[in-house]
Amino acid sequence: MRWLAWGALALSLVAFPLVGGDFYVNLASQIFIAALFASSLNLLVGYGGLVSLGHAAWIGLAAYTSAWLYLRLGYGHLVSAPLALILATATAALFGWIALHASGLGFLMITLALAQVLWGTAYRWAAVTNGDNGLSGLTRPAPFGLSLDRPAAFYYFALAIVAVALWLMAKFVASPFGAALRGTRDEPRRMAALGHNVWVVRWITFVYSGFWGAVAGLLFVYYHKYVHPTTLSLTSSAEALLGVIAGGAGTLAGPVVGAAIVLILKNYVSAYFERWNMLLGLVFVLIVIFMPDGVVPGARRAWARWGPR
Amino acid sequence: MTPALQIEGLKKAFGGLPATNNVSLSVPAGERRLIIGPNGAGKTTLFNLITGALKADAGTVRLFGEDISKLKPHERAHRGLARTYQIITLFPRDSLEHNVVLSLLGVSKTRWNALRPLTGETALHAQARRILGLVGLEARAARPIGEVSYGEKRRVEIAMALAQKPRLLLLDEPLAGLSREERSGIRALIKGIAREVTVVMIEHDMDTALDLAERVTVLHYGNVIVEGTRSEVVADPRTREVYLGN
Repeated sequence: MRWLAWGALALSLVAFPLVGGDFYVNLASQIFIAALFASSLNLLVGYGGLVSLGHAAWIGLAAYTSAWLYLRLGYGHLVSAPLALILATATAALFGWIALHASGLGFLMITLALAQVLWGTAYRWAAVTNGDNGLSGLTRPAPFGLSLDRPAAFYYFALAIVAVALWLMAKFVASPFGAALRGTRDEPRRMAALGHNVWVVRWITFVYSGFWGAVAGLLFVYYHKYVHPTTLSLTSSAEALLGVIAGGAGTLAGPVVGAAIVLILKNYVSAYFERWNMLLGLVFVLIVIFMPDGVVPGARRAWARWGPR
Repeated sequence: MTPALQIEGLKKAFGGLPATNNVSLSVPAGERRLIIGPNGAGKTTLFNLITGALKADAGTVRLFGEDISKLKPHERAHRGLARTYQIITLFPRDSLEHNVVLSLLGVSKTRWNALRPLTGETALHAQARRILGLVGLEARAARPIGEVSYGEKRRVEIAMALAQKPRLLLLDEPLAGLSREERSGIRALIKGIAREVTVVMIEHDMDTALDLAERVTVLHYGNVIVEGTRSEVVADPRTREVYLGN
């Protein structure tokens, strides 16, 4: 039964570009990227209990680094992609070290402040970032000589990477380390007394979460072939956090569903309805009222209660 | 022989109010020591200082001769120090077995494994069930903590501490809030702890705890006021003064 459901999901994801139009295929690619980004944040927020408002740093840093290496140094994607990931992950190691000196609201404020520093830099350091104009004139990589310029090609590329990423994150969460991480979320002092190095567990998670955020950043810049300071903005961090909370923090499917809701409202509904921001707000108020721990746990409960026996 | 626990000149004040005031005590290896004292005597603070949950203002703590005063709580746990809590701090959504597994992981290198599923660690889970068997809870291993009784939670507390194979075990009011039958069960459990483990126990209630201890330390306002064998301490007028106020 379980395998059947997974098979059906895989089949429909693979078949989707054959039936969906370009608009929807592109929308799906963007959902994949947003889902990866939100899922990476969920490691920290949902499993570690560490609410960050600075996750945009990783998507933005990787996107800018990759773009800059291509435009200014003429590096190919094969070189710029790992360099961007290394730089973003190393920065995550530093930012995590700083932010984890605090906890709770202090942690949230430091992550926000550090990401704002990067956002401000992207705006002001025009010599490198081209300021408010952003960096454009980028290309998509062509793995094994296959061009990703067609929506369907990029869709499969993003699907493959996001699937592997989500699988690895699921393994991470289910591992002994993941169990320890959830322990540090629920009872940090207890975990310390049991011999768990709470700080290091959190720091590793911060870095790992930053790494996957950076992978999302690469996909993001490949998709748009453009990067602007808003990628690094508080709105970008907040949207991911909204996706995590709306979908269900601390569940694997939650952030995927949540990110999809945010993106669909943003991209699809805005074409028909000018005040889409208002609608987004309304939807989230309804979610918080009726499913306070998110859509996925809420739907699970509803299924257990009213679903077939 | 080096004592299991040696504390010298330990001090801790909260906002100028001393909670632990120049406490020195020594517990030989294998001993069962009872620490008693009225509310606010600084008993739990003393435990928190020994485990490193609180930073001492002054003084040293030695575990089997090694100065552990500067170590982090998890480093102290790795040196064979385990504790239970007065206020139950288990992981309520997880099963009894998972709680014990978290305890076993704390002293195992497996805790750093981020690639293999925890459910695949069958030896770890079998060990956790065996330890739950020692406290009579094997049948309930799969239940979430939130669904078992208070007395059973107390047993899980002790199981988690014993799972770490500690050299020094600190029990913070293991009998608190239990019925008479539950109390005798836990008492038997504590009596059954192997002699390699040194046990220091805080108990509010002298009557139920006295027969578990070989020596007793009486704390009052953060000071050690009496220390000696059971009968010495009970006979000491200062003990009476503290407890009865005359």
